[in-house]
Amino acid sequence: MRIHIQNGRLIDPQNRIDAVRDIYIADGRIQSIDTPPAGFHADRVIDASHLVVCPGLIDLSVRLREPGLEYMATLESEMSAAVAGGVTRFACPPDTDPPLDEPGLVEMLKHRARNLNQAHVYPIGALTQGLKGEHLTEMVELNDAGCIVFGQPNALPRNLRVLMQAMQYAATFGFSVWLSPQDIHLAYDGVAHDGEVSTRLGLPGIPVCAETIAIANIVLLAKETQVRIHLCRISSAEGLAMIRAARQQGVKITCDVSINHIHLSDMDIGYFDSNCHMTPPLRSFNDRDALRAGLIDGAIDAICSDHAPVDDDVKLLPFGQSETGATGVELLLPLTLKWGLEMKRPLVEALAAITCRPAGILGVDAGVLAPGVVADICIFDPEDYWKVTPSALLSQGKNTPFLGMQLPGKVRYTLVNGNIVYESSVS
Amino acid sequence: MINRNPQLDANRALTHLLTTEGLPAAILLQILDTAETFMGVTEREVKKVPLLRGKSIFNLFFEPSTRTRTTFEIAAKRLSADVINLNIAVSAQSKGETLLDTVDNLSAMHADMFVVRHSQSGAAHLIARHVQPGIHVINAGDGRHAHPTQALLDMFTIRHYKKEFHNLRVAIVGDILHSRVARSQIHALTTLGVPEVRVIAPKTLLPRQVERLGVRVYHDMRSGLRDVDVLMMLRLQKERMQGAYLPSSEEYFKYYGLTPEKLALARPDAIVMHPGPMNRGVEIDSEVADGHQSVILPQVTYGIAVRMAVMAILAGSQSGDSV
Repeated sequence: MRIHIQNGRLIDPQNRIDAVRDIYIADGRIQSIDTPPAGFHADRVIDASHLVVCPGLIDLSVRLREPGLEYMATLESEMSAAVAGGVTRFACPPDTDPPLDEPGLVEMLKHRARNLNQAHVYPIGALTQGLKGEHLTEMVELNDAGCIVFGQPNALPRNLRVLMQAMQYAATFGFSVWLSPQDIHLAYDGVAHDGEVSTRLGLPGIPVCAETIAIANIVLLAKETQVRIHLCRISSAEGLAMIRAARQQGVKITCDVSINHIHLSDMDIGYFDSNCHMTPPLRSFNDRDALRAGLIDGAIDAICSDHAPVDDDVKLLPFGQSETGATGVELLLPLTLKWGLEMKRPLVEALAAITCRPAGILGVDAGVLAPGVVADICIFDPEDYWKVTPSALLSQGKNTPFLGMQLPGKVRYTLVNGNIVYESSVS
Repeated sequence: MINRNPQLDANRALTHLLTTEGLPAAILLQILDTAETFMGVTEREVKKVPLLRGKSIFNLFFEPSTRTRTTFEIAAKRLSADVINLNIAVSAQSKGETLLDTVDNLSAMHADMFVVRHSQSGAAHLIARHVQPGIHVINAGDGRHAHPTQALLDMFTIRHYKKEFHNLRVAIVGDILHSRVARSQIHALTTLGVPEVRVIAPKTLLPRQVERLGVRVYHDMRSGLRDVDVLMMLRLQKERMQGAYLPSSEEYFKYYGLTPEKLALARPDAIVMHPGPMNRGVEIDSEVADGHQSVILPQVTYGIAVRMAVMAILAGSQSGDSV
């Protein structure tokens, strides 16, 4: 299919381009920008006047809930939600049931995803068998099956010797290791940031040191093993300061933050709103503001949705018993734009945090608009404010703290491999 | 986001009692004043008034309790209500029914009021948000969060012995971290105008930033007790010795147990309170518990009048306009 995207405001954060340019697509790739290739006849012309045309969004954490947790969501529902949110590539954490620790499971997931012909899916291989933090997975076999990075979500392995060996082994083959900086003993039975709010509500607290001590351990082990580390979802100002310092010492480390943590704090828990039950916990205003600022100076590399579809059965429970997480893949763009607007940052900078920068962390050749690259494109209306309601979301998970809010940025078209995989009914 | 004060209806009258935090002093005083009027009832030959005749009150106890459940039951019966006791810890929940399913089923049996105890902070708020307008929820203790009727009966006791709140020094001693009683006491005391509320505990048993609740923090019991008018002791759960909160109950008693010698540091007319059940020799010496400054048994008596008052006020509030 040959597509001509006309009169759009092309934003390519990688090359810091923000200008009205046309794009010509054929054979799944961008053929040229601005001037049509010789003899180009479009099968479809997309009028992108007043719309932004940017690289397809890249989300570093989308839970599909498959295998094993299909009662919460299915591949079909979440893949549709992703492209409706303009997301064309995403990484899936291995905390499925069973975890993604065997090549067969990864192949099955990749195969099922490919058949749906929507976004590109990157399963994160489990770093340890069963994610138990005891034995290494067959990383090379998993890599052959399609895992390009390896991770241990939600908390660090208890045994730091195992973690060091996992890092050494991953470094041997050049794999990067994705870790969630939370010390399991310090987090213990905690369900909220350890501060005034948790004290008032009588919710067991998770102290900031659960994060900073984990970061300290990771940084020291990263120095020791020379492995490339990505920290998933940092939540505190102190943690961020430690990452800055580690980088200055030359440690190869990147980090991301979730859409929830750059907009919310523990105050939003209000009267026990379980939609604000997150891992890591929503922290103080000061922490939130530090994270928002950290995106500007580059201390934080990317914003992710940390998409976790959760149904009412596990959310309509007392706060501490409710499942953590929130639906988010359809809110990645709006909440990134909201951050940009509130911080008065140019669109090109806001979009970098969800396109070229996460592409670099994932190590994929994407997140850029240039002749020759795969035509993964998101076309959206930055002026269209829409209300977050259960019916406005395609994800099977309807729970998010942003329900009822008006957010900017409505996706009109999503292209993957040069095909239109999502087209908004409203225009 | 859930922001409106869930305890008050559109007319700012009490529709649920979930916590003492955020309740106006006028409502706390209304409860205490109403309780005074019921004191006579509890001392009469026929200990009943017909205020809640025909009303059904469900005691929903998701966590075992004999004492609190019994006092709620007595309070309801003295108001002539029908009382149904459910120990859900051993019934529906073990069959996999969710909390809100249980509440829906009981609501279908035309409950007028739920008295709820649950091990999780926020359980009573969740139920209050879920029930039909016109059904009232009383929190009888949720996790570490709140135990408002206990705090109110404590306020009743303090007012009975000390007459006023504005000139008192009050110390709360013990496991503040895990205590719903302490949190509710702190909010009630500060709302009623007590100028100095102290908490006394080792650092392992104090929640983060507790001073933001308006209290002074003491780790040394001797300096914390100096010149106080009211001592509110907390129960120390035996489980605390199994983790790393405390080394032993003996050491705890030595530094934080209330003995006659430590009590002597308080004002001579200081009163000693305890929410019960007491661990004699752990947080309190028998000589103090049974001594002339102890008001622990009157607390229990007042508890019934206070719970009657809460039920009567809730039942009298306009139904149907709370959402």
